[in-house]
Amino acid sequence: MHPAFSVILFTVISGAGYGLFLLLVAFHLAGIGPVMSHGELIAHGVAALGMITVGLMLSTGHLANKKNAWRSFMRFKTSWLSREAVFAVLFYPFAAIYGLGVLVQGHEVGPLAAVAGAIAAVLAVVTLFSTGMIYGCLKTIRQWNTALTPANYILLGVATGAVAFAAIASVFGNATAMHAGVAIVLLLIAGVLKGIYYFWISRVTGPTINTATTFNRATVRLLDTGHTAGTFLTDEFGYDAGKNTTDTLKMGVFLLAFGTPILVFAAILSGVPAVVAWLGLVAALVGVIMERWLFFAEARHVVRLYHGDQHT
Amino acid sequence: MRLGLVIDMDTCVGCHACAVACKQWNTSGTTGPLTDYRPYGEDPSGVWFNRIRHYEVGDYPNNKTVNIPMSCMHCEHADCVNVCPTGASYKRPEDGIVLVDQDKCMGCNYCAWACPYGARELDREDGVMKKCTLCVDRIYDEQLPPEERQPACVITCPAHARFFGDFDDDASEVSRLIRERGGVKQMPELGYKPVNTYLPPRITRSIPTDDVRANTLITSVKDWVNKMVAR
Repeated sequence: MHPAFSVILFTVISGAGYGLFLLLVAFHLAGIGPVMSHGELIAHGVAALGMITVGLMLSTGHLANKKNAWRSFMRFKTSWLSREAVFAVLFYPFAAIYGLGVLVQGHEVGPLAAVAGAIAAVLAVVTLFSTGMIYGCLKTIRQWNTALTPANYILLGVATGAVAFAAIASVFGNATAMHAGVAIVLLLIAGVLKGIYYFWISRVTGPTINTATTFNRATVRLLDTGHTAGTFLTDEFGYDAGKNTTDTLKMGVFLLAFGTPILVFAAILSGVPAVVAWLGLVAALVGVIMERWLFFAEARHVVRLYHGDQHT
Repeated sequence: MRLGLVIDMDTCVGCHACAVACKQWNTSGTTGPLTDYRPYGEDPSGVWFNRIRHYEVGDYPNNKTVNIPMSCMHCEHADCVNVCPTGASYKRPEDGIVLVDQDKCMGCNYCAWACPYGARELDREDGVMKKCTLCVDRIYDEQLPPEERQPACVITCPAHARFFGDFDDDASEVSRLIRERGGVKQMPELGYKPVNTYLPPRITRSIPTDDVRANTLITSVKDWVNKMVAR
């Protein structure tokens, strides 16, 4: 698949935003970790909502006909893209009630704001799940059509959110071992899952050029695609990054998205000043952008079989 | 009613006349124009509802060239319709034709991702998705004589390799052909249940190759001279 940068940035940035929001609500309402000051609560909330909003605006960047974007709420019953749009918008009123409660009442929010915050946190995860299912439900792309896809979207969103949460807390001198520990555990789970995913997609399954052309008992080779220049299909699905590039980037993903932030938080646990969490955040975001680019670049649509690929 | 095409891979000669007739009819049809990009440039491209690809099946000497024209299969389980977030893509309950409402499409490409057969192409100029309409603006047109109420690709095919009809009607020509010739579907394992069906090449005697002349010194020199002269 052709990697569209608007979609890559949208999923990475708003994913981290939803993760940050989830962590904020969990730490605040469930009372995990230290009591947060009024200023710190607001900083977390503004950062989360800002990232989510910027991401959602970027997501319209790949639409060829933006004036009809509002219609994407219309097919909630069948389309995961529609569900993502609905859940993403539904998140806002609940997040706003919670945010207003924090703004007015500080750390000791009333029951209405608390319930709204909890609902918004659930909607954040549901939105991440819907984003993953947009890709996971496509039978045409075996690299996406697996339960690991939505699991990856949720875990990478929450893990990068946890890194951002610790980084922002460090500004207020409030980053504790709890912050670092939660981030390390989430990064480890997300990293292991990503490793399983890369192992999974390296095993070839699914349709071949034989089932695509109906000739199941003979070798089939493409003679001619019937067009001299590129088409919409070759532009959209013909992308090939090459094994060297993808292998190098995979090492980069494990190094930057998981390895560096885990080391940073291990250092914080052993006494290094907590502001280095920002270094972990930059590494994690760059690493996850590489991960998301690979997610698209390695996806091989079955229409490629008609253009000469023996398998996807 | 379940309308669709039967395409005979035995008689298709791969001339692309169906694609040209399709382009000619549909560019001024309900979902036209079928925009061309750089039509007189070095790398002309554009929107087509029908594409023909050419394959070699089998190994020499038991090999054969097979031409496979492909357009929308008007699938019974059309995932392109299910994934569409706007409701622009729809499948008509009365005849099973899959269409795109050009006024509702937001050009997100999601339906093209969901289609395994490459039937949908984005028109970059109009910003909307376009696809085969099974010539819906032709097959129901009572101004046309009955024999012309067929898709443009079917009427134009010089090899008579394309057939249009109702797959729900056991007595129709398409149903009969599928029965008699053992019609096959592309990628049935994905479960889209495509309506369009392909007729496999007939089994014919293999062409003897034992009379092909063996290489001698004289023929080798002749071949070499011919190669040099041609260049």
